[in-house]
Amino acid sequence: MAALARQTTDAMGSHEAALLAEWRANLEASGAARGLSPEELARQTAEFLGLVITCAVNGDASNISGADWDSARQFLEKLSRTRATQGFESHHTANFIFSLKRPLFALLQRTYATDPATLADQMWATTELLDQLGMHTTRTFQKSREEVIKRQQEELLELSTPVVKLWDGVLALPMIGTLDSQRTQVVMESLLQRIVDTGSEIAIIDITGVPTVDTLVAQHLLKTVTAIRLMGADCIISGVRPQIAQTIVHLGLDLQGIVTKANLADALALALRRSGLTVVKAS
Amino acid sequence: MDRIPILRMGEFLLVTIQVDMHDQLALTLQDDLSERISACSSKGVLIDISALDMVDSFIGRMIGNISGLSKIMDADTVLVGMQPAVAITLVELGLTLPGVITALNVERGMTLLRARLDHQ
Repeated sequence: MAALARQTTDAMGSHEAALLAEWRANLEASGAARGLSPEELARQTAEFLGLVITCAVNGDASNISGADWDSARQFLEKLSRTRATQGFESHHTANFIFSLKRPLFALLQRTYATDPATLADQMWATTELLDQLGMHTTRTFQKSREEVIKRQQEELLELSTPVVKLWDGVLALPMIGTLDSQRTQVVMESLLQRIVDTGSEIAIIDITGVPTVDTLVAQHLLKTVTAIRLMGADCIISGVRPQIAQTIVHLGLDLQGIVTKANLADALALALRRSGLTVVKAS
Repeated sequence: MDRIPILRMGEFLLVTIQVDMHDQLALTLQDDLSERISACSSKGVLIDISALDMVDSFIGRMIGNISGLSKIMDADTVLVGMQPAVAITLVELGLTLPGVITALNVERGMTLLRARLDHQ
């Protein structure tokens, strides 16, 4: 494996200012600097190049996962994490590293103008180093993005399960979106807890917002209904759309023992009747 | 050996499970309860499990059995105060306790038992 020669790192050190200027120009030309203030870009590029030179002098440039490269790696991780949260694109973040190639290669060409063999060797070493750094940046960027997505999914899960009180002793749960095991679990827990807290005897699960009902969804619904019954409350399922009713029949699903209603109003009317209440027109 | 107390309230029997149920305790309860139903000729049994926050399949089956045997002896069983976690566990275990009457708390359970008695 080719290693960075002393002469290369020295050249990088002595031409740091020129490298920086060229690198920044490249970044701006490629659009990778968009959204960043010139001062911030200058600070980031200067800090990173400084780190790379120090690390390359002290450590082994062929393997950036070693302890010698800790500072450079940490800098890149921080950089890509902030860029991920700021909404930068992945290729722009990777370009932060890759646009350093051209000025660096030009420098190498000037340094080793008389020695083609060493030039090729050093070119290879530099490319490898920058590729590894770029790869590391992309990996961290992707990881940060995934973290953001995961957090949002969790938030969505909590957002989508509000238990509302329709009447004294009547709770309703408007379900929106596809029902999977994890969501059913969250929904079931929050609904059962609210039943205990409020002492409600009737719970209405409204599935108007559930796009499709398959065997699995039906099974989840059955589980929730059974758990509610075990607690000593009654459950009504409302919002069964015609297409869903057809699907349920076609699939041969057994919803026996479950009270179903076409819409929430019917379910509420039934709940009121069961509680012994009647709604009378005022006049 | 510890036992779960069975209290008599007129025509009904009241069982409040305050400790963690283990298998032997459940079996003793089943025996005691059938004896008491027969001795007091009770018309209803109310089992309060609000203090129970853990069940296994054996205890779940036991509850079903108690309900079944008291029905044969002409007494309705009402299970009250099941905790959400217990309900979820039973459902996941596939123990849906068909035929067991449930209520949210002791008060409503009693009302339910009286209503059923009047109905007869």
